[in-house]
Amino acid sequence: MSARKVNGIIKGLALAAAFVLPAFATSSAGPAPTFQLAGRGGKTIDLAQFKGQVVMINFWATWCGPCRAEMPLLEDIYKKYKPMGFTLIGVNVEPASGDPEGWLSKLPKPVTFPVAYDVDSKVSKLYKVAGMPTTVFIDRKGNVREIHKSYKSGDENLYLTQIRALLKE
Amino acid sequence: MFKPRTGLFSFAITCLALAGGAVFSPQASAGVLPEDRADLLYFRYDGGGVAINGPSVLVRKSIGEHVSVQANYYIDMVSSASVDVETSASPYDDERTQSSLSMDFLHGKSTYTIGYVNSDESDYKAKTLYAGVSHDMFGDLTTVSFGFKKGENEVFRNVKIDGVKQNDPTFFEKMESKSYSVGVSQIITKNLILSGQYEVITDEGWLNSPYRSVRFLITQDTQGQQPEQYPKTHSSNSVSVRAKYFLPYRAALDGMYRFYSDTWGIIGHTGELGYVHPLDKPWAGGNWTFEGRVHYYTQSAADFYMDIFPRADFSNFMARDKELATYTGITAGVNATYEFKIERFPWLTKGQLNLRYDYMAVDYDDFRDARYSLGSFGVLPDEPYAPGTEPLYKLRANIYQFYISAFF
Amino acid sequence: MRIRGLIVLTALACAASGCSSIEPWVKPYDRENLADPIMTFTRAPISQDFLDHVFESREGSRGATGAGGGGCGCN
Repeated sequence: MSARKVNGIIKGLALAAAFVLPAFATSSAGPAPTFQLAGRGGKTIDLAQFKGQVVMINFWATWCGPCRAEMPLLEDIYKKYKPMGFTLIGVNVEPASGDPEGWLSKLPKPVTFPVAYDVDSKVSKLYKVAGMPTTVFIDRKGNVREIHKSYKSGDENLYLTQIRALLKE
Repeated sequence: MFKPRTGLFSFAITCLALAGGAVFSPQASAGVLPEDRADLLYFRYDGGGVAINGPSVLVRKSIGEHVSVQANYYIDMVSSASVDVETSASPYDDERTQSSLSMDFLHGKSTYTIGYVNSDESDYKAKTLYAGVSHDMFGDLTTVSFGFKKGENEVFRNVKIDGVKQNDPTFFEKMESKSYSVGVSQIITKNLILSGQYEVITDEGWLNSPYRSVRFLITQDTQGQQPEQYPKTHSSNSVSVRAKYFLPYRAALDGMYRFYSDTWGIIGHTGELGYVHPLDKPWAGGNWTFEGRVHYYTQSAADFYMDIFPRADFSNFMARDKELATYTGITAGVNATYEFKIERFPWLTKGQLNLRYDYMAVDYDDFRDARYSLGSFGVLPDEPYAPGTEPLYKLRANIYQFYISAFF
Repeated sequence: MRIRGLIVLTALACAASGCSSIEPWVKPYDRENLADPIMTFTRAPISQDFLDHVFESREGSRGATGAGGGGCGCN
């Protein structure tokens, strides 16, 4: 096989991959994109500061029913695993006109995990959020290991399994 | 029952051909179950000599994460002295009860629905079965739905035997109705959604009223009446398109257009515009939502419709039902909703009080007010008009609704 | 020969991926307005059913009164 032919085949495969790969892009692979967002109480939340810990990012919105339903469960998970080197970041995807802070302050069971406000959808785009809610699991090395779309009653058990596995590493 | 009533007693025919037709319109997104709620409605329709009021109760509850059940119980209490009744019979009272049950099954991005409606009144029994499926696709931007309905109705005729109202034992007819519908809903921008639907309905059997008659000229000044004659089949196509747009200051504008045509020669155009305006400010005294709506309808008459036929037995099919005439109608309405929460009942996500008023005005182009020639309940007018020269009929009606909704 | 090979590979890839070069243009995190309760086609089914019944009784038209879709697109 000539060098030119091999070259051609590789180029062809690359072109083909350009069409096929987007279908797989939402699957977990590679380092988690870093970001800095304004958070509750005016603090800045930077993903890099959590390197070495297992990180769970939950993309949510006040207008999303399943997101609201899983909030108290996420709070329980955060409280339980925080001492073991785990953190949960709630990334709210609402624009500036929304009032997620107002909703959070009225919760009967307050949320203590860090919440970031992605008003420009910068981080949502980085993580290619394809459904509401979306939960991303990042290992201690900063790589995306699992992306979970949607929330149905009982999914918190899947979260626990994933977190325990990542904490053991 | 809102059908024009002629004869001793009344019933609605085509409106019940697919009883519960409105009950089964697809709701919301296919990949999410509809929300749990309970509603209690009191309604009153007052117009054209007909007064109808009654309650309607609706409860929807989800069972687990995949199933949602809805039950509805509805009663029409009718007191009628409509223009058709005035010219050929005596006023009557009747009651129609409708109960329906439906279930939605959610599986992934699809929702499967089955339902059953039963409608009962003294001279008409209608049973309808419904099945449908809707599916979300393309990033939940597109929803495709298919529906099928089958109705089997029994027609009776009420007579008075020894002063007692009962079914005429010599009269019993049936009719069957089938409908197929396909719909597509598409999110266009984050503020705009479009929805379209196409429905084919076919009726077969006894499609008219055993009480209603047509009139014909005998001489220039005298008229006669004979029972109406309808075809035994009726097929229709209708296609509608709807849009809903979110206004930046938080309000919603919506519009609808529907085109209708059938094998009886009727062409109908429906247009509707609506505006929803929420008002959740301290000075407003609470969480209010106001809605305004205008409904415009125009239709051209059925091929075999005439206000007065030139002579008896003019054609194989003859009708004088004003619903088959040529007319234009406008209905305008306003709705006020007050939303509240009760601390004592945390399971009540929210409650709503609603008040709605609609005014309906219909002007007929080829249906005349025959009271001017035939009189009212057998009492002739002082100067009767020559048949066919009476003024065109105008219908004006007030529609009131008061309903409470609870979400849980 | 190279170009032909490239076209064949592209066509196969396109067929495999279902030509999904058109991405849904409204993202799930942009559904805030569509999820607003005022944006449903039928705010109160009990009232809508009653009015549809009134219109169907008065008007000769029937059918195609349904509308679906929209909402938060969650799950």
